[in-house]
Amino acid sequence: MNLTLKIWRQKNHKDKGGFVDYKVSGISKDMSFLEMLDVLNEQLSEKGEDPVHFDHDCREGICGMCSLYINGHPHGPQQTTTCQLHMRSFADGDTVTIEPWRAAGFPVMKDLITDRSAFDRIQQAGGYVSVNTGGVPDANEIPIPKLIADEAFDAATCIGCGACVAACKNASAMLFVSAKISQLALLPQGQVERKERAEKMVAQMDAEGFGACTNTGACSAECPKGISLTNIARMNREYFSAVASSENT
Amino acid sequence: MSWVTKTFNSSLGRKLIMALTGLFLVIFLIGHVTGNLLLFKDDGGQAFNEYADFMTTNQFVQILSITTYLSVILHVIYSIVLTSMNKKARPIEYNQVNPPKESSWSSRNMGILGTFILIFLVVHLQGFWYQMHWGDMPKVTYDSGTYKDLFKIVVFAFQQEWLVALYVISMILLGFHLFHGFESAFQTFGANHKKYTPAIQFVGRAFAIVVPALFASMPLYIYFTLN
Repeated sequence: MNLTLKIWRQKNHKDKGGFVDYKVSGISKDMSFLEMLDVLNEQLSEKGEDPVHFDHDCREGICGMCSLYINGHPHGPQQTTTCQLHMRSFADGDTVTIEPWRAAGFPVMKDLITDRSAFDRIQQAGGYVSVNTGGVPDANEIPIPKLIADEAFDAATCIGCGACVAACKNASAMLFVSAKISQLALLPQGQVERKERAEKMVAQMDAEGFGACTNTGACSAECPKGISLTNIARMNREYFSAVASSENT
Repeated sequence: MSWVTKTFNSSLGRKLIMALTGLFLVIFLIGHVTGNLLLFKDDGGQAFNEYADFMTTNQFVQILSITTYLSVILHVIYSIVLTSMNKKARPIEYNQVNPPKESSWSSRNMGILGTFILIFLVVHLQGFWYQMHWGDMPKVTYDSGTYKDLFKIVVFAFQQEWLVALYVISMILLGFHLFHGFESAFQTFGANHKKYTPAIQFVGRAFAIVVPALFASMPLYIYFTLN
């Protein structure tokens, strides 16, 4: 396959940046999208040019490190992570536009790399359980109905990649935050800090400069883990009942 | 900051105001469209004029009217606040955007739809509401008394093609706005469940088609039959 790549290049956080066109040839349909970029970077390195910087880690679709806004979609045309996107999703001769996540909460650091530590700070605001659970308990010591456990696990599959923010026209982080709130609100271990968690995580989400939700559903449709919009409804319930009944005046 | 101001200044609190005012306006639309069906009554406008008089003089209705005005104002103000917050959240736009098919066109263009509906509302209120309250109205006398002849004003107004067209187009836009807004309000309240969400979606979509269609039929009926 031969492709034209239109890639966002930006020297650093302060640089204005712009698109640069590159040609790559001899790309196999079986390569992952990141491997295709590796080929490009090898070419650039051989020419003594600065390679295109992009985030990646496990390349197994489970870490949430890869990003890239490809042809108008976060993680490209398939509902998966960029590392699991294969070149067979493109046709020979295509022009592929590659942009970084665009959000005030995710500033571009270099080329396609954004600083997603806003998600870490939202997690640190309340996305944890601090009750002492002691040693490893017996598997079924705390009875949790299967349906509830499944729902909590579905929310817990969120890998925090930020595709929801990237997909949302408002750069809203509500799908991420709601998944994290839901996962713990559904389980008995999460009950102690339930109200405080909802209040603090929502406050931190707002402080990080993410937008509000218009319920367009783009986030869930583009989420590589298919996190459901019911989580956002649950976050709303959690938040409104928390502010109406918590001890914080 | 007290917990109340903090809540209503949060992204979720602002959304709650949009949802509450939006749903109140949905209730208003039910009343408005039901009453206006009297325009179709073949009595030279008597029932409509008596109804219009009741709507402008009854005290309970006036409380509802003030709530409606407040809802419109809050809905507009908070949409501006939220839109500017959302624009700030993405200072640099993408070069290429391909929204997924799961996100409806309406849901992504609520602000544009709302702006056109607001412009329509100004024309609409100036033409009828302002005239009824403060304008120089013709009078008509029935057995029950003398009334302002709003029916005559309505029939006269809808002899103008451009106004009929404006009303019909505005109702189509309102339909798109309601198509997303109705079910979106319930999602904001946190009401999303497999038991009742399909019912909310059905009612919302039916409402978004039926109510604007009824409203649009009124200027069309008057234009084509009463002149």
